[in-house]
Amino acid sequence: MKDRKPNNIVKRGLRASALALLAGGLMSTMASAADELNALVWCDHTDPGLIKPFEDKHGVKINLKDYEGTGTALSLIEQSQPGDWDVFVVDGIDVPRVVDAGILAPLPADKLPTGDLFPELVMAENHTRDGKVYAISEKFGYNTISYNKEKVDPADMNDMSVIWSDKYKGRIAVYDYYLPVMGMVQMGLGKKTAGLNAGDLGAIKDKLFKMKSVSKLVGDVVASQTAIATGEVDILVGGGEWVTAALTEENPALDWTIPEQGGVRWSQSIGVFADSKKKDLALKFVQYILSPEGQARLATSSCYWAMPANSKAGSHLTDKQKAALRWSEQKAYLARAQLYPAPSTELDAKMQDVWTEFLQQ
Amino acid sequence: MMDAARRETVKGWSFIAPTLLWTVAFFVVPFAIMAVMSLWKRIGGKIVQTWSLDNYVAFFGKSHLLKAMLNSLEVTVLVTLISILLAYPLAWIIAERVPQRWQRLALILAILPFWTSYVVRSYAWLLVLARNGVINQALLGIGIIDEPLELASTRTATVIGFVHFFVMLLTLTIYANLVQLGPNYRRAAADLGANGLQVFWYVLLPLTLPGIMVGAFLTFVLCIGDYITPQILGGNNELLLPQVIMLQIGRRADLPTAAALSILLMAVVTLAYVLCARWLRLERA
Repeated sequence: MKDRKPNNIVKRGLRASALALLAGGLMSTMASAADELNALVWCDHTDPGLIKPFEDKHGVKINLKDYEGTGTALSLIEQSQPGDWDVFVVDGIDVPRVVDAGILAPLPADKLPTGDLFPELVMAENHTRDGKVYAISEKFGYNTISYNKEKVDPADMNDMSVIWSDKYKGRIAVYDYYLPVMGMVQMGLGKKTAGLNAGDLGAIKDKLFKMKSVSKLVGDVVASQTAIATGEVDILVGGGEWVTAALTEENPALDWTIPEQGGVRWSQSIGVFADSKKKDLALKFVQYILSPEGQARLATSSCYWAMPANSKAGSHLTDKQKAALRWSEQKAYLARAQLYPAPSTELDAKMQDVWTEFLQQ
Repeated sequence: MMDAARRETVKGWSFIAPTLLWTVAFFVVPFAIMAVMSLWKRIGGKIVQTWSLDNYVAFFGKSHLLKAMLNSLEVTVLVTLISILLAYPLAWIIAERVPQRWQRLALILAILPFWTSYVVRSYAWLLVLARNGVINQALLGIGIIDEPLELASTRTATVIGFVHFFVMLLTLTIYANLVQLGPNYRRAAADLGANGLQVFWYVLLPLTLPGIMVGAFLTFVLCIGDYITPQILGGNNELLLPQVIMLQIGRRADLPTAAALSILLMAVVTLAYVLCARWLRLERA
């Protein structure tokens, strides 16, 4: 009798609906959690042309958070909960400190195409610790000098000192990433990037300040690309194929070179988070990115183009794409390039202080 | 009687409780955490829970950090002054010269740029001010200049971006003050022999100062804490304090230093508020 009272029927109905909603919500949360992968990446991974084929094949959703600079990534990880992230794309040079911090999980070496990589990109000293592989190179390129060949003398670009000379005052943009640009200055001073230490910072700082006095702006990936693409500047310090390759079709005047002193070689590595709860799916994603098809898509992804680490990706690239990436010239380029500086935490803090002073000039 | 008074007290507390809880949860507690964190240190890539004033000492010891504060103050004061100078005549024209039936439309037109995203508006200014932008192309086209002006990626660009935004805000606060006055003050002053300039200087300006002060304070607070406009329009050619705070968080994961810089920024805002409130109190007295 009691249950038939209208009020109670309404209450029961509401209670049942609430429970159903709660259960439905929980189930949908669990379902979505199981079908999603969270990846902390550079912006080239956010191209749907790269991600969608994997999502469609595996029926999953890839949530991507893009960042610039390992410091930013570490800051994001520090502010996250264990298990929040599954896949990590990080500068190859920073893999050892990321491994030291316990961020990456070991990967099954026999399931990675390490043998297909360009030999310089294996970087076993960076990717391996105590016989275990923690990451694998996926993409590489050069931080060097991009320029508009109709506005500047291309011969001038062969000498690194052009980046702090008065000849192109007000027509230079600097890519806002302290490691490659300070590495370029170190090379311009005739020193090795690998040997960069606190004692070098004084000379680097002097040249950086000189560079700032002749430059128009210091910008991130998008801002620096926009600056040279729109003619706001004619030279981009820290540029390279990652800036010009995708733009040359629209503006053939854009070019890049590696000066006599050499260029700074950057490389990205990919790994799986130690705290990931979906390591199997994360490994499948790593394998997809390293596959020749995935590598070709990554090399020509929308944010920036650059060379794939897997030498077999060439068969999936058009001649035009390979020409833009300067596929056939890589042997000579690799021989002339040096890796990013790899500072200790203390030196890194000092370098960032110098960079902040440079920005504040 | 006591019961009724107690009931009233309980009722009063129950009315303000949600606001109070909200403020405590989302302002007081985070602020306390930030204050405590500002005393910690980041050493060797890890945050160490020490109790020291090192982050504050570093602020005064590192010239690039101190300069960021000075840059912020310079830009903010400049933006506030220019915005007042532009907003006052605009508000006056809307309140005094535009017929009443058109005033609402005039106000909507004045605040129309508010409807655009702040980021989009900043990027739009970047395109307008660029070497190949509208301004340079127009000046080159009519032969006033031979070489494009360096407008983008400068402090001037940052100030222009800010002023565009804050003129709208100040126009609203000054307009609200002006329409409350009505025409009688002006008429009385004119009857007593004051000319237009004297009416403005001795009557209108003093009476609208509260509106100006409120708008100026809001401009000061919003401008000094803004990161987007200087980041997009300034071209990283100088750093303002919010940019330096973001560098600490984004690049260095140095939350203690970022917290200390934020506390210092807040101290400046608090000082501005105290001066503003004190002035308004004196005016009323």
